[in-house]
Order: sequence, then C-alpha cells, then structure tokens
Amino acid sequence: MSSIVSVAGLRKTFGETKAVDGVSFDVPEGEILGLLGPNGAGKTTLLSILLGLITPTEGSVHIFGLEFDRHRVEILRRCNTSSAFVALPGNLTVEENLAFFGRLYGVKNATKRIVSLLETFEVGHLRKSITGRLSSGESARVNLCKALLNDPGLILFDEPTASLDPDMADKFRKILKGLQRDRAITMLYTSHNMRDVEEVCGRILFLQHGKILADGSSAEILARFGKESLEEVFIQVAREPHAP
Amino acid sequence: MNFGIIYGLVLRYTYLYRRSVPRMIELVFWPLMDLLVWGFLTVYLQKLNPEVPGAVTFLIGAMIFWDVIYRSGQGVTMSFLEDVWTRNLLNIFVAPVRIREFLVATFIVGLLKIAIIVAILTVIAAAFYNFQLWSLGFALAPFLANLLLMGWSIGMVTTALILRYGQAVEALAWAIPFLIQPVSAVFYPVSVLPPALQVVAFGIPSTHVFEGMRAILAGNPMPTNTLLYATGLNVIWMAASAAFFAIMFASARKHGYLTKLGTQ
Repeated sequence: MSSIVSVAGLRKTFGETKAVDGVSFDVPEGEILGLLGPNGAGKTTLLSILLGLITPTEGSVHIFGLEFDRHRVEILRRCNTSSAFVALPGNLTVEENLAFFGRLYGVKNATKRIVSLLETFEVGHLRKSITGRLSSGESARVNLCKALLNDPGLILFDEPTASLDPDMADKFRKILKGLQRDRAITMLYTSHNMRDVEEVCGRILFLQHGKILADGSSAEILARFGKESLEEVFIQVAREPHAP
Repeated sequence: MNFGIIYGLVLRYTYLYRRSVPRMIELVFWPLMDLLVWGFLTVYLQKLNPEVPGAVTFLIGAMIFWDVIYRSGQGVTMSFLEDVWTRNLLNIFVAPVRIREFLVATFIVGLLKIAIIVAILTVIAAAFYNFQLWSLGFALAPFLANLLLMGWSIGMVTTALILRYGQAVEALAWAIPFLIQPVSAVFYPVSVLPPALQVVAFGIPSTHVFEGMRAILAGNPMPTNTLLYATGLNVIWMAASAAFFAIMFASARKHGYLTKLGTQ
C-alpha cells in the first residue's frame, strides 16, 4: 500500500527547546493515525509542519509522494484540515463560507457539492444561517463539510471533538469511520480524548518531548505499557517523563 | 497566479461589508468627518485672508489624496486582521493560496474601498466647497495610482510587522501612515520643512504627488517630473515592502508565530 504521508528525520527547535526531535513515520492510504501525547509533546508542531505553517529545522516531509516545500500548493489542494482552535468566519453564512473555501480549493460544481455535504451531515437547513450563530455541534459539522469540500486524500484533525458534547462526539466519530470505510481517506488525528483515539484510529503514535515513544495499534500500545486503557498510558507518560 | 482564488478572497472580504451596515458607515464616516472639518476650516481661513489663492482647494485636495493612501493601506492590513480576529487565518494559509494571491486580493479590497470613498468625497467636496477633483485633469489618474501603490506598500509593511510581532502591534495599522504624514508635505509645501527633513520627504512617493497637485491647482502645467519621481520611488517601495513581507512571513513560519497568531 502506498504512503500518503512520509516523514523522515524531522526536527524542529525553538531556541533551546526541541519541539520535534528526529521523528520519522509513514502513513499508508486509508489509515487513520492518532497522534497522542501530553501538552508540549510536539503534536501541534508536527501537524503545523505537515500543513506548511511551520518550517522544520531538519528533515523531510513528502505527501502524496511529493516533497512539501517544492509542491506546497499542489499538495494543499488535495489536503484539508479541521481544528477546534480555528473557526470559519462567523460573520458569513454557512453557504458563503463553504463557497469561499470552494473557490480557494478550486472545487468544480461547488454549489452542488456544498448542498450534498450539508445534507450528508444533516445541516442542510443551516445553509443560509450566519456561521457565528451556530451551536458547537453545528459548527463542528459545518467544519467537517469544509474539510471534505475538495474531496481530499488527506485530512488533518486537531482536537476536532474538543467542543462537542458526548452525543455529538460519538456521531462525529461514526462519520469519520464511515468516511474511512467508504472513501479510504487518510487522516491524522490529535486528541486528548482517549476514547476518540481508541475508537477512530487504527494506529497511534505516542509522542513525548518531541520523540516517538510508541508506534502501534491501540492493543499493541496497551500491551507495551502493561495498561488496560490509553488513558492510563497517557497519565503514566505525562507523569513519568522517562517511562519506557 | 490563480484568479479564481483572488476572486474568492475578495468576495469573502466584500461579504463583510455587504451585510454590515455599521461597517459601511465606518467605511465613509471618518473620511467624511475629515472632509467636513478640513473643508470648513479652510473656508474660514479663506475668509480671514482672501488673498491666499486656492487655499481651499489645496487643503481639500490634500485631504482626499491622503485618504487614498490611508485607506488603500488599511485595505491590506484590515483584510488580514479580519482573518486574525475571526480565527480564520490558518484556514487561509493551509489552503492552496500563494502569498502573492493573498496580497493581490487585499490590494483589490483597498482599491474598492477607495473607489467608494473618493466617489463620495468628490461629490460632497463639489457640493459643499465647490472643489472639483477632476480639475486636476489628466494628472488625476496617475496621482491616484501612485497614492494607491504607496498605500499598498505601507499595508504590506504593517501586515508583515503584525505577522512577526503579533496582535500587540495591531495599533500600527492606524499609526504607521501618520508617521509618514508630517514629512510627506501633505498639507504644506516641502519648502516649509527643515532641510534635513526635506531630504527624507523627497524619498517618499506621496511627497511628489502632493507637490504636483499643488502645482496644478496653482495653475501650472502637469509636472511630469514629479510624476516620474513618484512612480520610480513607488516601484522601489513596492519591491522593498514585498521583500520585507516575504522575509517576515518566512520568519513567522520559522518561529511558529503564524500558528500562534492564528489561534490567539
């Protein structure tokens, strides 16, 4: 199976701080890879490098087989992202927002695609609503529509369920699993919600101090740490900086 | 350069104005207040000293021209800040948008803003003060184009500084043009300035435009030299500002400021 993301020897330092320290991994097509780790582990820096928001100090990033620095626009046209910390302009309607991003991503027949996505995520009735007036759950679904607008081959999620109630988070996870099953979309997923990660991600990278501490399925990681839940692993890693 | 992307960005910024009456009012409120204050002041000054020829036209023309610089610069900076304020900045920079496409879109927003403002101010200046902007003749278009270019340069520098130093320097969006105003001989001739400042003044594109405008309003022919100086300086200013923006953007990516700015 071909690699959609290939990261080799990635290093990012901010002064004396090593935010990402020699990270290498590949993500095959259709895999949902979870990035786990305590605050400051390097997850957000890693995602930011993959999106071109931060330049690495060393190492290489290839996405869809293309070197990121040389093919930034071409790669980003086939990627998308959704983050709890980034919003769609609140003063535009849902339709205006999605039409705007449709233009940025060069989506053909954007109107038809927007209507179809909004219906898929049961927010078709919000098409003319002002985005800033939506509830958290509605916003998350509209964000997901934006993330799928260009039919991406890769989506990067940064704590997408952070502002969702358990019911909405559950629906969101089911939507992601459905997308993986039906469209084989590759996803990178950071979250502090262990249930999210266990349920959604086929493979997990556990990061600590910018390094990969463990790489494997949820079961493999639990076995390695001798724990019964990812939450226990997380707590051990966060409290014992040099654990296995 | 992808014109579909530029059109999309321009559309996004204009949506804000189309829907918001307060924004539309804000767009014309300050220029209108400036015009009224300067207009009535100059009418008063002319009554005090009727011997001063064309004082009204000098000052009103200068005020309208100054607004072109100020608003075109703000077109760049405020478009950028809108995305910072709405936490949408990162959505733009993780989309397949080239920096030059983003900048061109903000230039167009500035152009649209000043088209509206100049049209309104021209009508009001003619109605209230009998000042005809079109009396500048064929020089008007190159004058306005030069002021627009200079505003874009200022906008790029201001935005670059916000990119590098964050929202703490947001006030620069309003302050930087006013740092230039005293030495750019907007409301008075360059000869009024001390010799050292005159040297600085001649390095500013708008100085030559304001000098040219005063020459025409005083009944002299169109000053080709001043236009050439202004244009030449603008080419240098635009190139330097674009280079500064590119350096600051690269620095923001290197130090992670872009991510911080986008999620503040």
